[in-house]
Amino acid sequence: MSSSTNTPTHHTSTIGSIGTPSRRNTELALLVFAVVIPVFAYANVGLAINETVPPGLLSYGLGLALLAGVAHLVVRKFAPYADPLLLPLATLLNGLGLVIIWRLDQSKLLQSINQAGGSAPRQLMYTALGIALFVGVLVFLKDHRVLQRYTYISMVGALVLLLLPLVPGLGANIYGAKIWISVGSFTIQPGEFAKIVLAVFFAGYLMVKRDALALASRRFMGLYLPRGRDLGPILVVWAISILILVFETDLGTSLLFFGMFVIMLYVATERTSWIVFGLLMSAVGAVGVASFEPHIQTRVQAWLDPMREYQLSRAGTSDGIVHSEQAMQALWAFGSGGTLGTGLGQGHSELIRFAANSDFILATFGEELGLAGIMAVLVLYGLIVERGIRTALAARDPFGKLLAVGLSGGFALQVFVVAGGVMGLIPLTGMTMPFVAYGGSSVIANWVLISILIRISDTARRPAPAPAPNPDAEMTQVVRP
Amino acid sequence: MNKPLRRIALFCGLLVLALLIRDNWLQYVQADELRAAPANRRVAIERYATPRGDIIVDGNPITGSKKSEGSDFEYKRTYRNGPMWAPVTGYASQAFDASQLEKLEDGILTGNDDRLFFRNTLDMVTGKKKQGGNVVTTLNGAAQKAAFEGLGDKKGAVAAVDPQTGAILALASTPSYDPSTFAGNTDADAKAWNKLQKKSDPDDPMLNRALRETYPPGSTFKVVTAAAALENGLYSDADTKTDSPDPWTMPGTTTGLPNEGDLPCENATLRVALEVSCNTVFGKIGSDLGNDKMLEQAKKFGFGSEQFVPVRSTASVFSDGMNKSQTALSSIGQYNTATTPLQMAMVASAVANDGTLMKPYMVSELSTHNLDVIEKTEQRELSKPLSSQNAQILQSMMETVIKTGTGTKAQIPGVTVGGKTGTAQHGIDNSEKPYAWFISYARLSDGSSPVAVAVVVEDGSANRDDISGGGLAAPIARDVMKAVIDSKK
Repeated sequence: MSSSTNTPTHHTSTIGSIGTPSRRNTELALLVFAVVIPVFAYANVGLAINETVPPGLLSYGLGLALLAGVAHLVVRKFAPYADPLLLPLATLLNGLGLVIIWRLDQSKLLQSINQAGGSAPRQLMYTALGIALFVGVLVFLKDHRVLQRYTYISMVGALVLLLLPLVPGLGANIYGAKIWISVGSFTIQPGEFAKIVLAVFFAGYLMVKRDALALASRRFMGLYLPRGRDLGPILVVWAISILILVFETDLGTSLLFFGMFVIMLYVATERTSWIVFGLLMSAVGAVGVASFEPHIQTRVQAWLDPMREYQLSRAGTSDGIVHSEQAMQALWAFGSGGTLGTGLGQGHSELIRFAANSDFILATFGEELGLAGIMAVLVLYGLIVERGIRTALAARDPFGKLLAVGLSGGFALQVFVVAGGVMGLIPLTGMTMPFVAYGGSSVIANWVLISILIRISDTARRPAPAPAPNPDAEMTQVVRP
Repeated sequence: MNKPLRRIALFCGLLVLALLIRDNWLQYVQADELRAAPANRRVAIERYATPRGDIIVDGNPITGSKKSEGSDFEYKRTYRNGPMWAPVTGYASQAFDASQLEKLEDGILTGNDDRLFFRNTLDMVTGKKKQGGNVVTTLNGAAQKAAFEGLGDKKGAVAAVDPQTGAILALASTPSYDPSTFAGNTDADAKAWNKLQKKSDPDDPMLNRALRETYPPGSTFKVVTAAAALENGLYSDADTKTDSPDPWTMPGTTTGLPNEGDLPCENATLRVALEVSCNTVFGKIGSDLGNDKMLEQAKKFGFGSEQFVPVRSTASVFSDGMNKSQTALSSIGQYNTATTPLQMAMVASAVANDGTLMKPYMVSELSTHNLDVIEKTEQRELSKPLSSQNAQILQSMMETVIKTGTGTKAQIPGVTVGGKTGTAQHGIDNSEKPYAWFISYARLSDGSSPVAVAVVVEDGSANRDDISGGGLAAPIARDVMKAVIDSKK
């Protein structure tokens, strides 16, 4: 694993005592960019819309810088060997998201339908809360392996979180998906948190069962079929995903959980057959549900022919199905942006209406920053995923590896499902872009996700304790797992 | 576990790659198509983002633009004297698109036309807002006012052209509508729009009757028939007796073609026949010449083809493949014959212009907002339906109609007026009230003829016996001609 960092002396190799450089100063330098770029963008929006530098520029810039600074200091103190890219990437995305949400707050159209105004300050508050949790995780979770102890509690926790929206009186049906719970004046999307808790459960479970799953199997038609008792939990997860899909009409979350599970299973067992099983099962599930769930059927139709869906929505057809023009509006937003975009504040993506600052926020990026902006944002996401998988590669313990790959794989799937949906590559599923979209649960949960990745990467990159002096060093080869 | 990890990394890379490819497809390959899609509201937002250029009559704008509130459309169209000018301007509505001149010259009016590109770029550099160009019309404000007020509460239309150039001077249609009432994008605009639709208003106020409605022309069509008789050498003179029995039985039938009242139509001269409007004389001419020759003459006057002025007018109809008695009926403006008011104004103008029909047009030039000319409409001869000699014969006949015939109400002191009345029966067995028609032209002492006009009044409210071209329509035509002549002084 950490192969290149050793200093070979003669023919012996004492591993890790020199260790990876901490790279904290790199992180700080990158963070400066991650704060300065959104501040410039914020000024740009203000100039474009009101022709003045926005009055909140100083406080916004200081706020973002303060949050990033606190996060950096905590990383410096509690996770000094952590990957230096993760924090700046998350900060930059979050900062850009805040700018775009503020920009949509200024839209008169959205204000007139009560969908804007004050979203950006709330999002800034959620961000602060997210970074507080980030700090909490780094301070209190000294070693990610502690999480292994909570494998089965995690499973229960994830199930509870997932089922909460179905509890009468607690769940809230918003725009056709029952994935929220409302507490007082807040609505929380438990699925976002369940994502992390479930990854912990999968990692713990698979670490224990990986050998059984990988080896105790029969060969059948070129595939390794697992034993029934090992197959059980997988079937359970599949069933749960389908149930979520059916009862909460949440295609995105089911896809995310199932995909995350398949990825982790594959990494744990190193058996391609699991991928085949996974794909087969998800295909069966998806087709089965789509054949009788009108909500899903509409989504698929809107994907295949967004213009027809737009017209149905305009005509106000009374076939009992809620038709939405958003998919087509998003495509127009992207198209109108073109290669370089209209410039921040100068597009009209508010035509997407109520989901403009959440599910469809990427369309605003597309319209106002253009192809260039979207590619940059996608690359930022790609880098987070890449750093996550690198962390998994570097991690020394299987639990850490599985957890890191689960979290970053899930993150990649979420980005793909949301961006693909908004851009019309796949049917729309109604999830939010991590960090940029408006929504408290999403921002907070993703900051926790980043903090766990940082914790794992810190453990992985931390120099191994210097081995006890060994007189037989010449004779001994340390074989690493 | 590292081998599957690397594969997962590759898989995630492929996911991002798929997104990047899709985005390039969307924002590069398809961008222009999506950007310009008509349903993409940005197109309309752009259209109303700057004040629209104006439509100009007599040097003054009849349109305007004002800031609209509570909408993402910044400017809204306004109209001065909207109902009067609606048949000329059409409408430009934030919610309901645009029509007629507003639609046809949209590129100039919004400033998006390529011919305005240079000026817009210049404006952009100097920091000025983009402005649309202007459409300068040929209309005559006084004539339009006379036409619109003459029609008043009655249903009908007026078309007036300058015979020597083809320039349209008046284009009125009643009942009309005010395009200002639905120029915006609010509920009130939608309500106003719905109220004007034919399904909620049977009078169909948004129909441009001067260009888009065809009516049976009745006796006014006899001018075309007379022209056909002269052009085909059937008769060569206004004052030779015709071969016209009265009563006359239509060939192949036992039905007699009646005259309206006890008229001196037996073997009447063309002059007398036109003066008192003999059905027998002109019916027989049509039947004698036959369908083909009549159709050919009608086509020379513009029948059978749409006119683009540049607003499209409906093609007027003279049928093909009719037998002799049908041709006879069609030749006195009944049966299948149906014309637009513009078409009949063209007939009168060709006669007044010594037989030459000029192409009618209503836009004299397109200009930038500071009146630099971008494009000027050239006057063009459309056809020559009559020799000038025959045209003069026809002129003297039509002038008799005004002097002593059915059209005396169109007389203007000091001006030579030629015309023809018409009362067109329609409906099954003529059950509905007839249309009152009048076509005429004015000729000044210097021999020039500045105006030819066609008026149709489809008045459901008048007493049936009172409806006649001479009574209802001729005074309107007179006022329009007088307005044109006065404005020339």
